[in-house]
Amino acid sequence: MKLFLGLYALFILGFASWLPQKSRTESIADGAELYQDFCVQCHLDSGLGVSGVFPPLKQSDYLFENIDRAIAGVKYGLKGPIVVNEEAYNGVMVMQGLDDQEIADVMNYILNSWGNQWEETITSNRVKEIPKP
Amino acid sequence: MKQRYILLFASFFYLQLSCAQDENPPQIETPNNSKYDYEVVVDAIDIPWGMDFISANELLVTEKTGTLYRVTNGEKKTVEGLPEIYVRGQGGLLDVALHPDFKNNQIIYLTLGATLEGDEGGNTALYCAKLNGLRLEDVKLLYKATPNTKKGQHWGSRIVFDKEGHVYFTVGDRGNRDENPQDIMRDGGKVYRLNLDGSIPKDNPFVNSQGAKTAIYSYGHRNPQGMTVHPETGAIWENEHGPKGGDEINIIEKGKNYGWPKITYGINYSGTIITNDKALPNMEQPYYYWLPSIGPSGMAFSTSGVYKKWKGDLFVGSLKFEYLERLVIKNNKVVKREKVLDKIGRVRNVKQGPDGFLYVGVEGKGILKIVPKK
Repeated sequence: MKLFLGLYALFILGFASWLPQKSRTESIADGAELYQDFCVQCHLDSGLGVSGVFPPLKQSDYLFENIDRAIAGVKYGLKGPIVVNEEAYNGVMVMQGLDDQEIADVMNYILNSWGNQWEETITSNRVKEIPKP
Repeated sequence: MKQRYILLFASFFYLQLSCAQDENPPQIETPNNSKYDYEVVVDAIDIPWGMDFISANELLVTEKTGTLYRVTNGEKKTVEGLPEIYVRGQGGLLDVALHPDFKNNQIIYLTLGATLEGDEGGNTALYCAKLNGLRLEDVKLLYKATPNTKKGQHWGSRIVFDKEGHVYFTVGDRGNRDENPQDIMRDGGKVYRLNLDGSIPKDNPFVNSQGAKTAIYSYGHRNPQGMTVHPETGAIWENEHGPKGGDEINIIEKGKNYGWPKITYGINYSGTIITNDKALPNMEQPYYYWLPSIGPSGMAFSTSGVYKKWKGDLFVGSLKFEYLERLVIKNNKVVKREKVLDKIGRVRNVKQGPDGFLYVGVEGKGILKIVPKK
């Protein structure tokens, strides 16, 4: 009986922690829609951006070097000089007003598009914990 | 061998198709020796969306993420007491304009993203308030576009006044081009006209149309982010972001339909076709359209004569190509286009100050004043 209860508790706990999180596929699909709405004007459909003006997301060393830094950029905005794939940028990306789940979705889309690959799925909890730089 | 030629021919044909959008003349010119330079009037503003002048050395500037600055002799201070601002995508704190009788009543108008109905998302709202030093008092909502939506696109917005006691403001199509711009029973994709107190003018074009939003003055717009009054004719001039290759200048007339998305010179940014129609009955043609798109924002005529040869010319900011555009108009036609302050940054706004100089809002910089080179 104890064993049964233990298993049951594990099952409930497991289920509860799984329940609020979207599946990876779902998150990427929602992220694709958000990307078209909030990101595409500057970073373009190709994820290549505009050389010297809007940095690329496709195979971007800046992005993959530090995912949390990239998340912070989306969450709080990003400005000032940065170097992406050996090119210098000095622009302004303002905070877009996305909630934590939306930021997770759009990050999952970006991290897995245009040949980008990232095994780990970004969750809203992770986004929530990232402080203002 | 023959097959190869066919393939080659086919690929040329494809290339031609994919670059089918030609430039719309006149071609933009870049002067070799610009006679003009700039001074920084206000620095360190990320997106200086709107501005208006209290006097030659005092102005109000909005920052899109939600700050209203009162700038005195270059020093900026934050104004408190703003309504709650919904910042999302292209929305946030947008334009600011002084009441035509500001000197006597200290009233200002603001457009901003608002979410007042308690549901998700937001839409553009027009407020007025009394500016008392660094505080807004008597904040009043004059208009709120509905429904709220979580879409990030196309909020507009600009505010201007005519001499007959009306305030005009714009709301973009809010990312719903199929439903909003062509339907006068819905908000979005419109230029609105109200009396200065927010009431609906009795002679607005759709006051007698069943179910219509009676504040509408013109419709069929996509995303108007530039608007000004012609110094001689008093006509309302507007510019709006079109799709790729479809940015427009329009002269706004009462009750007219400017066609979006039924007619446009642009295509989707993905390259697909929106419509093959560039003209249809009962829809207005643009006064001018930009091909390629410049991403127009802000609009002002130079009337003062402080710049040689610029008197009467039209100025529009280019977000995309990062310059201020000067358009020379002759015989009711754009005959010349020229870059001023090339590669300056994303130009969000342009206005003529009380001193006759042009003031330019540049993203990441602030407000710049165009001055003759010494």
